[in-house]
Amino acid sequence: MLRFRLAPDNVKFGFMRFRRVSYPFSAILSVVSVVLFLTVGLNFGIDFSGGTLFEVRAKQGQADLTGLRALGDKLGLGDVEVQAFGGGVDATMRVRLQPGGDAAQQAVVEKVRAVIVNDYEVRRVEVVGPRVSGELVQSGTLGVVLSIIAVLTYLWFRYEWPLAVAAVIATMHDLLLTVGFFAVTQLEFNLTSIAAILTIVGLSLNETVVVLDRIREIMRKYKKTPMPEIIDLSVNAVLSRTIMTSTTTLIALLALVFFGGHVIRSFSLAMMWGVIVAMYSSIFICSPVLIYLNPRTAEAEAEAVAPKGGKTKPAV
Amino acid sequence: MFRFPRWKIASIVAMSLAAFLIIVPSFLSKATFKEVKDRLPKWIPFEQVVLGLDLQGGAHILLEVDQNDVIKTMVGNLRDDARRIVREENVRSLTGGYGVQGRTVQFRIADANDRNKIMPKLRQLGVGAVSALGGAGAPAIEISTADDGMIRMSVTEAGLTDKTRRAVEQGIEVIRKRVDALGTTEPNIQRQGNDRVLVQVPGLQDTGRLKELLGTTAKLEFRLVADPGYNPSDVDLLPQVDQPGALPVEKQVMVQGEDLTDSQPGFDQRTSEPVVNFKFNIRGGQRFGEVTAANVGKPFAIVLDNKVISAPRILGAITGGSGQISGRFTVEQANNLSILLRAGALPAKMNIVEERTVGPGLGQDSIDAGKLAAYVAGVLVVCYMLTTYGVFGVFANVALAIHIAMIFAALILLQATLTLPGIAGIVLTIGMAVDSNVLIYERIREESRAGRSIISALDAGFTRAFATIVDSQSTMMVAAVILYFLGTGPVRGFAVSLGLGILTTIVTAVTMTRMMIALWYRWRKPTTLPI
Repeated sequence: MLRFRLAPDNVKFGFMRFRRVSYPFSAILSVVSVVLFLTVGLNFGIDFSGGTLFEVRAKQGQADLTGLRALGDKLGLGDVEVQAFGGGVDATMRVRLQPGGDAAQQAVVEKVRAVIVNDYEVRRVEVVGPRVSGELVQSGTLGVVLSIIAVLTYLWFRYEWPLAVAAVIATMHDLLLTVGFFAVTQLEFNLTSIAAILTIVGLSLNETVVVLDRIREIMRKYKKTPMPEIIDLSVNAVLSRTIMTSTTTLIALLALVFFGGHVIRSFSLAMMWGVIVAMYSSIFICSPVLIYLNPRTAEAEAEAVAPKGGKTKPAV
Repeated sequence: MFRFPRWKIASIVAMSLAAFLIIVPSFLSKATFKEVKDRLPKWIPFEQVVLGLDLQGGAHILLEVDQNDVIKTMVGNLRDDARRIVREENVRSLTGGYGVQGRTVQFRIADANDRNKIMPKLRQLGVGAVSALGGAGAPAIEISTADDGMIRMSVTEAGLTDKTRRAVEQGIEVIRKRVDALGTTEPNIQRQGNDRVLVQVPGLQDTGRLKELLGTTAKLEFRLVADPGYNPSDVDLLPQVDQPGALPVEKQVMVQGEDLTDSQPGFDQRTSEPVVNFKFNIRGGQRFGEVTAANVGKPFAIVLDNKVISAPRILGAITGGSGQISGRFTVEQANNLSILLRAGALPAKMNIVEERTVGPGLGQDSIDAGKLAAYVAGVLVVCYMLTTYGVFGVFANVALAIHIAMIFAALILLQATLTLPGIAGIVLTIGMAVDSNVLIYERIREESRAGRSIISALDAGFTRAFATIVDSQSTMMVAAVILYFLGTGPVRGFAVSLGLGILTTIVTAVTMTRMMIALWYRWRKPTTLPI
């Protein structure tokens, strides 16, 4: 029976050879991500930086971007960021946090609305005051930190330490590269971006778990086979699944990017990147770690310590 | 493994049907939905999906009690109380006045006997406030004396917190009355934390008016305008709304806004200018009558939030218990003021610290965009599964359809809010839901290639993939749970749909697919695996 398949059956591809390429490559990407994060920084949206966001639609013709930008000087609001979308009819306008507390932000809304109300339909207004944005930064950071802790705890219970370390390295790698993605693209980083990051952590772990489960299974079945070979066997075995799932998820995300509207576009793009990175890292980053931290010796050590009857269960 | 008893099949089918039935009302238009719902008995769960403000449009406003204003009021009261006690006890050794700085009132009483006389009374001031916390807490004020006779009374953190909490509680009632006056449907007003109130008004277009109503304290006072040659310590210089320059107004308040029983917008009979008509309660009416009778010919000031709205001259004693406020209002201003006076004053000033308003046009656009994305994603994934797995792909697709129906059914039953990120979460689960199927199918293929018989390959595929499915889904669940507890509004909606999606996946992708394959196997008795 002929059927469409992305990954051929019975692949015997030597993935482990690529660690000499993938490790330096990922190391460079990670360092670049950190450096960019520290130097260029993220393009924080008003959720985290505070300020006012307007989304407007021109009542006639195209949105006048230069006119909107000039409002910053005209109304004394400082730098105003204007972006067109929806074929130029719509635009978003971001006014930075004004000095003078919450009342000053509210004044911005009144001033701007009064000027543009004749030419534009105001479709969305968001105002985040200085204290609220500070709290959102706090809870966002807390969310990422907590999810990392939760992930670590989960892995600690789930796997012997070499596998857990491999999973942690892969997850951190994905996290760093996602932050790097936001720094490079300068996509707006807001509350939904935090949602994207946490989901990516989940997805990345999902991919990692699938590969590691298989490695553990095969490792216990073929006790004599050298580790690199076992890893290659395992990765090849789950390869078609990894590709299938990533493809369907990417399909769904592509639909969101193209049709889901601009409000969640940055979320969808980040998720796409996350899916690709998670797929890559589960194969090229996570698994090769086990060549260096041989889980067999770790298991043997554990068995040597344990009393004689406490042998590990045979693979299911 | 592949034996499915009748009752199991029946309950799985019933569950799927129930899911589809529950989501039917959400496809009806608002009007039809209302009509049908009224005719059905109450126990039938006939509900629509609750849409978040980002989808149905509306205003989300977070108010925060102004701590500085609370401190100012508390310290002001403390000073007045101290002054009253000093007067009542006939203390003569007060040197200098009462100093107010930050949270502290200080004054010097040189004579030790005088100090001892008033200290117990001063201490008594801090007691009443804290009992509201329910038991022995920290005192609301702190009193210290220095050797030179300086007495310092400070508002403590506990006192401030307690006062703020009560301001929020009382404020919610006032805010509810004000928002209700706008005539919108189902506003949601709730406290958040110790010092905040969240106001959500679905479908509201004109947020300017709402914000004006929410942002005004509306403390109304009737006070006499001071005579020339006044003593500066008895007078406040207050700005005027309709003309420049400040007006000297006596500190003593004749009648307050809380003595009003009603207020309505109207028009002045002579000038036909918009005005606000009001009625006093008995106490207010009597007091107003007395003061106006004693001060005929003098002007009095109508003060709203420390601004003089107008200062008419008293033409004669006003004893009818009602009156009129004029102040060159527009019709809308008169309307707003009458709403504010009816609802009463906020116990403390409140600031808008967060606002998110979505117009109904954008909300509908977001719904349409989300729907389109979901359809496109659905069709593509379904086709992809069909071309890859053939008849098994059909099973996976049926499971996927039920999976999505179940997410919506759960959202409806829980009356959880669907937001735009929530839709994104559902679209994402369309992609991820098939993951479990893929894991199982690939495993079956593998086992079959390794030389197992069909039935044994199917069996091994399900058993071995199951552990991995539970593992991989629980990692996503961790992310969803954390997001739920930390996120607000739209992001929380994402966490809800993601979490529900993960739960239903286990049911649909594992149990249902297995049942379908089992039935198919019994029916076709295949000799080769079609995947």
